[in-house]
Amino acid sequence: MIVADRKPLDEILASIEPYKKIMLMGCGGCVTICFSGGAKAVELLASQIRMARNKAGSDIDIVECTPERQCEFEFIDAFKEQIASVEAVLSIACGVGVQTMNEHLAEGVTIPGLNTKFMGYPVEHGLWQERCAGCGDCVLQWTGGLCPVARCAKRLFNGPCGGSAGGRCEVDKEVECVWQLIHDRLEKLNKLENLEIVRPARDWRTSTNAGQRKVKFEEAML
Amino acid sequence: MKSGSRLERILAAGHFAVTSELGPPKNADPDNIRKKASYCLGNVDAANVTDNQTAIVRMSSIAAGTIALSCGVEPVIQMVCRDRNRIAMQSDILGAAALGCKNLLCLSGDHQKFGNHPQASGVYDLDSMQLIDMVRRMRDDKTFLSGEPIKDHEPRFFIGAAANPFADPLNFRITRLAKKIAAGVDFIQTQCIFDIDRFEQYMKMVVDRGLHEKAYILAGLAPVRSERALQYMKDEVPGMSVPDELIARMAAVKDKDEKMEEGIKICLEMIECVKHIEGVRGIHLMPVGWESITPVIVERAGLLPRPDVA
Ligand code: SF4
Ligand code: SF4
Repeated sequence: MIVADRKPLDEILASIEPYKKIMLMGCGGCVTICFSGGAKAVELLASQIRMARNKAGSDIDIVECTPERQCEFEFIDAFKEQIASVEAVLSIACGVGVQTMNEHLAEGVTIPGLNTKFMGYPVEHGLWQERCAGCGDCVLQWTGGLCPVARCAKRLFNGPCGGSAGGRCEVDKEVECVWQLIHDRLEKLNKLENLEIVRPARDWRTSTNAGQRKVKFEEAML
Repeated sequence: MKSGSRLERILAAGHFAVTSELGPPKNADPDNIRKKASYCLGNVDAANVTDNQTAIVRMSSIAAGTIALSCGVEPVIQMVCRDRNRIAMQSDILGAAALGCKNLLCLSGDHQKFGNHPQASGVYDLDSMQLIDMVRRMRDDKTFLSGEPIKDHEPRFFIGAAANPFADPLNFRITRLAKKIAAGVDFIQTQCIFDIDRFEQYMKMVVDRGLHEKAYILAGLAPVRSERALQYMKDEVPGMSVPDELIARMAAVKDKDEKMEEGIKICLEMIECVKHIEGVRGIHLMPVGWESITPVIVERAGLLPRPDVA
């Protein structure tokens, strides 16, 4: 899932400062699960904004809504009329939702209220950790199912580096060295030979720096 | 000869090699390099010129290395994967070779978090293993990493890498060394050794796998002046093993000058030890911030004069 975190309230207030009537739009997808952008988060943020604006002597009118997903046209289209009645939309979906809104409903402006962080899962209640960087050429088949791209601070393919100590990453003692984990898991799976091969330089064109990427599924095209 | 560097000739001739370190300054002062080079001249076979070590901005290792070269000191140009992608690296490799540099040490590099620009984006287009492989291809296959041929004047480097016998997972460290050798490394400089016992165990495994015959291994040694420095390395530098006895030994000496002498003695004892460990072909001195001690140590260790291999 996509994990996101709310922006600081002051930053949000500054970005909606010019407006008197806004829509606060959440999303029923990933951000609901990680508590940053679901219906409850919408309610909470709306009341925080109202209070702050009231205190500043410039009341604001907020329309609250939470479509099932903010990243699909059919779900946001349902709010078209209401959107037309406000000066701006404050979105607490991930960056994908914000862009869907801006591009699909180009007349209005949608402002981000979240910082989108990563793809990951909750390793325990209330704690999410990064697991995938969407590199476009998955290597989990030989790493024992653990990702060096998203989880190694130097995204090494021939780790661990000389700074790995006691299972911790040299960058932060709080962070596990994923290469130690990869090593241990492959050892358990009796596949340590996977680490004997010099892994060649990666072709990063599948990753983020070759411009905007696309995925096509012909059967689904109209 | 792969590169014909002095270091390569020394090692190929079977001499016990001595290298040390030369840290470029945090400004554009060439005299700083010249001064540090004067401590190396005639005392070591080559000096590593660090590449923005601990991610702190310093004069470029290639520029500083070229200044050292002009003073008669052969540089080992360090190159880290943190700051440059494969295009910039290959370009710098060509440049360094054109300027007369012949040794290149391939490192992943300390993470940018530790330096004076923690805001920087780390590059890590390649890792150290892939960098070694790239430098070897440029030299032996005469191609760029992309496969495109280098028509003539291919860069010919004596290729080095680091190895940390003390990092985890321990049993994998030998495999990783073997991988670096398979990727094309010619010589290895180890992480600072304080824990001789563990280093001996490591070297035994190296010899058992015959790796000492495939690359020259130089034992990394750091002379220190205080127990504080040792304690710091023990606590703060990940993947470092510092025995408590050593810290206690330094702490037992109170006078500052005597402490210095004790530090030198410890280093000399270590040199004596590693000299007798099978597979060790030389030492690499890392007197961080204490470059002036290099000539003293080399002299007192009986490693002077350096052999003439012209
Ligand atoms: S290798 Fe790439 S695709 Fe696979 S989990 Fe890691 S970042 Fe994601
Ligand atoms: S300690 Fe482990 S996770 Fe951290 S940079 Fe080194 S190999 Fe990667």
